[in-house]
Amino acid sequence: MDIAVCIKRVPLSPGRWTLTADGTEIDTSSSAMGWTLSPHEECATEAAVQLKETDGGTVTAFTLGTPESSEQIRELMAVGVDRGVLLETDGAEWDAQATAAALAEAIRADETDFSAVILGTESADVSGYQVGVRLAHALGWPIVTNVKGLSVSNGVARCERVVGSEREVYEVSLPAVIAVKDGVNIPRYPSVPGRIKARKKPIDTANPTRSDPRVEKVSLALPPQEAGTAEIIGNGPDAAPRVVEILKEIGVLA
Amino acid sequence: MILVYVDHDRGTLDELSLQAITAARGLDSDVQAVMVGADAVALAPRLGEFGVGTVHVAVDPRITDYTPMACGRALASVAQQFHPAAVLAVGSPRGNEVLAHAAAILDEPFAAECTEISLGGDVATVTRNRWAGNVLETARVHASMLIASVTAHAFAAESIPGAAPAAVVEFSPELTEADLAVRVIDRVGSGGGGVSLAEAKVVVSGGRGVGEGGFGPLEELAELLGGTVGCSRVVTSAGWRPHAEQVGQTGTKVAPELYFAIGISGATQHIAGCKNAKTMIAINTDPEATIMSYADYAIVGDAGQIMPAIVDAVRAAKG
Ligand SMILES: Cc1cc2nc3c(=O)[nH]c(=O)nc-3n(C[C@H](O)[C@H](O)[C@H](O)COP(=O)(O)OP(=O)(O)OC[C@H]3O[C@@H](n4cnc5c(N)ncnc54)[C@H](O)[C@@H]3O)c2cc1C
Ligand SMILES: Cc1cc2nc3c(=O)[nH]c(=O)nc-3n(C[C@H](O)[C@H](O)[C@H](O)COP(=O)(O)OP(=O)(O)OC[C@H]3O[C@@H](n4cnc5c(N)ncnc54)[C@H](O)[C@@H]3O)c2cc1C
Repeated sequence: MDIAVCIKRVPLSPGRWTLTADGTEIDTSSSAMGWTLSPHEECATEAAVQLKETDGGTVTAFTLGTPESSEQIRELMAVGVDRGVLLETDGAEWDAQATAAALAEAIRADETDFSAVILGTESADVSGYQVGVRLAHALGWPIVTNVKGLSVSNGVARCERVVGSEREVYEVSLPAVIAVKDGVNIPRYPSVPGRIKARKKPIDTANPTRSDPRVEKVSLALPPQEAGTAEIIGNGPDAAPRVVEILKEIGVLA
Repeated sequence: MILVYVDHDRGTLDELSLQAITAARGLDSDVQAVMVGADAVALAPRLGEFGVGTVHVAVDPRITDYTPMACGRALASVAQQFHPAAVLAVGSPRGNEVLAHAAAILDEPFAAECTEISLGGDVATVTRNRWAGNVLETARVHASMLIASVTAHAFAAESIPGAAPAAVVEFSPELTEADLAVRVIDRVGSGGGGVSLAEAKVVVSGGRGVGEGGFGPLEELAELLGGTVGCSRVVTSAGWRPHAEQVGQTGTKVAPELYFAIGISGATQHIAGCKNAKTMIAINTDPEATIMSYADYAIVGDAGQIMPAIVDAVRAAKG
């Protein structure tokens, strides 16, 4: 079966975040900053690739973002995505409603007749918890969100989601939208041959038209946090007795 | 009027939803609720204690367990009928899901995970969590009816002494087969260790620096202290430990008395899951690691040597 996945490029910092001077963006100017994908979306892609491996078919990755987002598509091509579709933006703001509408339009217009769209339940950065649901309504397909267990047989997806100590079970007929969570599988690492093949795979580009965002970002802030420094209680195993003292002080050890 | 979606699980009220009622009362004194399913009828009057005047209960013989799209449809139909100034729910997996459905049906914007809300005619202003609360966004929502979820624990549930029970209005929403297609059809055991990790008083977490074979002493220490083992995503993605033990933005959020961060660098996505720990002890070979700026105490050195010494010392102290 042919599956679409939706992914988004997001910034990754090795340390604490900083914001741009005008307080509207995460500062990505430092050379230490990188770009990545949400674990939810890595898992969405892994799920799609696993289904392709058992049932045949293809996996196409859709992303709405700046041209640099094709780096993230290439990363996923190295782990089994066959084709990319970049819905190219100029860096202007898109809200979730417009994003989902553009993705639905592109998925519907695509030459491939997809049996499923697999994406994240919430994105890493904006975390709006809605693109999958809006996409499902636009396509007229059922959706299960928060999926942490997934198997497909005979055109039916069995989805599990974790609630406390139990797993709820849902079954949906394909085509369907499935919004997963990190932990639904363990995404594979790219292999060297995978990376080489990725370079030759096609990325199509489209230019969706933007509508004014109805959720309009005004500013960002970092939550107040004591940026303290830990009290160094020792170097190496000799610190163990001091740990016991601390455990007693805070009442964890009688 | 403010409309609140209140969740329940087969007749057990979702206590977190009561927090959304508190948030609603901060916006308007006229607070009404929507619940879905026949087994909500008995629960509905209790919402009066928290300030709800009327509960609209959607009843349909085909709804016997959680059915997300039908819940969204029922909520949207009440919203269309009464045009509330806002439609709220708590930012739980179900709360966010039902509001997303309602917003998609009504073709209105939806602001998830808000910590502050102020209404203003056609433009509401919210503060909401990005990056699991590591970044706060102030946003304007352009809609005459704000659809928003409030982050769990941003508001406390507050009862009103002597309040009258809520009035209950049952209604049958118009539902298609598609609205009913996705529903819980079964439940199976063990969601994993999630619950005990979320509630543990002591979490002994290990990261890449612990190494694949290094978790033995962490397990021993957790057991000695009546706690549990946690880990970073590097560890789960390498397959060293199960995902149920992952702490962080896409793992479990913990708030223990004591958190050990062993061989963990302190990426913001990991911190998102453990920043509410009362005390944090870090063990790391790198005195410059980011985790040092979050921890209260730190030991610099190799976890492989330090952990056995701590286990021995704690065992000796317990006698
Ligand atoms: C250059 C640029 C700047 C932007 N600036 C802003 C801004 O300032 N404020 C704002 O609200 N939005 C902005 N957006 C849009 C924003 O990043 C989101 O893509 C959009 O709002 C979707 O909402 P969400 O992230 O909350 O999605 P969620 O509903 O949380 O995402 C769920 C899942 O949907 C999929 N998905 C989400 N977004 C995309 C995407 N873009 N492409 C493919 N799949 C996706 C992913 O699988 C994700 O896991 C911007 C987008 C671009 C390209
Ligand atoms: C959207 C998103 C969501 C994410 N969600 C999560 C999440 O839920 N949870 C999570 O953990 N991560 C998450 N991540 C990943 C996160 O960004 C980091 O990659 C991850 O937390 C790093 O794990 P680590 O600290 O174990 O490894 P590293 O960053 O590699 O750190 C290893 C540390 O071990 C130390 N060390 C090395 N050897 C030793 C030794 N012998 N003794 C002691 N110390 C030693 C090193 O000095 C270093 O500080 C997410 C990322 C993204 C983009």
